[in-house]
Amino acid sequence: MPSGPVLVLGAGHAGFQLAASLRQNGFDGRVILAGDEPVLPYQRPPLSKDYLDGKTGLDLLLMRPEAFYRDHKIELLHGMQAEAIDRAAKTVRFATGERVEYGHLVLATGARNRQPPLPGIDLDGVCYLRNLAETDELRARLTAAERIVVIGAGFIGLEFAAVARGKGKQVTIVEMLDRVMARVASPPVSQFFVEAHRKSGVDFIFGAQAVQITGAHGKATGIDLADGRHLDADLVLISIGVVPNTEIAAAAELPAANGVLVDEVLLTADPAVSAIGDCASFPCRHAGGAMTRLESVQNAADHARCVAGRIVGKPHPYTALPWFWSEQGELRLQIAGLTTGFDRTATRGDVESGAFSVFCYRGDELAGIESVNRPADHAQARRILAAGRPITPEQAADESFDLRAAATARPG
Amino acid sequence: MPNVTYIAQDGKETTLDIAVGTSVMQAAVMNGVDGIVAECGGSCMCATCHVYVRGDQLALTPPMQADEEAMLEGTASPRRPNSRLSCQLVVSEQMDGLVVNLPETQT
Repeated sequence: MPSGPVLVLGAGHAGFQLAASLRQNGFDGRVILAGDEPVLPYQRPPLSKDYLDGKTGLDLLLMRPEAFYRDHKIELLHGMQAEAIDRAAKTVRFATGERVEYGHLVLATGARNRQPPLPGIDLDGVCYLRNLAETDELRARLTAAERIVVIGAGFIGLEFAAVARGKGKQVTIVEMLDRVMARVASPPVSQFFVEAHRKSGVDFIFGAQAVQITGAHGKATGIDLADGRHLDADLVLISIGVVPNTEIAAAAELPAANGVLVDEVLLTADPAVSAIGDCASFPCRHAGGAMTRLESVQNAADHARCVAGRIVGKPHPYTALPWFWSEQGELRLQIAGLTTGFDRTATRGDVESGAFSVFCYRGDELAGIESVNRPADHAQARRILAAGRPITPEQAADESFDLRAAATARPG
Repeated sequence: MPNVTYIAQDGKETTLDIAVGTSVMQAAVMNGVDGIVAECGGSCMCATCHVYVRGDQLALTPPMQADEEAMLEGTASPRRPNSRLSCQLVVSEQMDGLVVNLPETQT
């Protein structure tokens, strides 16, 4: 165990879970959780769904009530921007000038919105959807907005579009690639989702690049595309992904490349510094050991549990199966495993019926399973992939093949 | 307000008065009851808010939907006939006095 406090930089899902898991594991040293936002740690997934829609309030968004931190002796530092790490002195300097000592430092600094270098990007009416403040602003603007352009057709853009359409707004999504969720989903899933969103009235423009956000009197009025087209809009959502917050690590000469580099127990090059969650690039067992950076609640929470275990003297390599979900209106997408680099798919169920799963293969290896409105498949998918059980494409596509039995069969 | 009692693995009991319309999971999280993780925030996506409802009280709880039935397949502690995901147990007047046991682990 470290002599000195565990200092966690970042109070998102990863940072919160680390502090909570340390206490759950009986750690009795000081735990300091420092976040740059002025609120108690909260859950991000509902921001783009029920919270944006006004169906849930801040009280239900909070990870835990204030008393939890007091009762568990977790020292919460709100609104504290970390500026520099002094690894020799084992201290972190904050923007307030305050220095905080650590025995072990955990970087859970997360990621920030990717901002395209577009003229007009600073105009009023250009919005993002990542943190609470951005969502509050967006929620307020959504009431008055009439025509909305979304740049980027990933989870966030599509989840937002579903909420905005539900409020009767005109929504156009502009995407540089040729399909939705191209980075995370297979073509059959992309195809199904684009058709479903079109049916609900969302317009899509694929293979299109925004070159300028137009404005008048400081307010956004639309966007210009590279092909010369103009789209009117009084609200523009930028949802083209995130970049990891690695600057503070890099400035302290900790290796970083699309994430702070960590080993299989999530340690950086410095044995007194770990990195977890969105900001960490780790060797992922489910990607053949390739350095991987993931943006998900599962990854953040499981990284945190792994590091908390190591800090209390129960080290184990990180092997958790990645899983993801998205809710877009009535549609539920659940993904187990990493489908990156798949070269073959098998579909289980009927795409037309709106409930199906796509099994993605890299060569003969089952890489991941995407389930659309088929939660039972997803539950089995997690067990199958975590245990590395082989399912052939033919079995996957055969509805009479018992997935549950395959997930629970004794090996050999 | 209806009350619900949570019994942890170590036998510790916590009784909460819960507003009708709030879920058994939400009340636990808002009141800092340990033993319910609720990683997905109540979307029936993660199966980390697993509880065992006292056997004779199952009939008081809302009927199980297909999503919950499916996700209960993936709980970390064994699924039993009285297993439920507490995010789906939205409290109603008739659930007053409900007792739920928390499983050994949620993850």
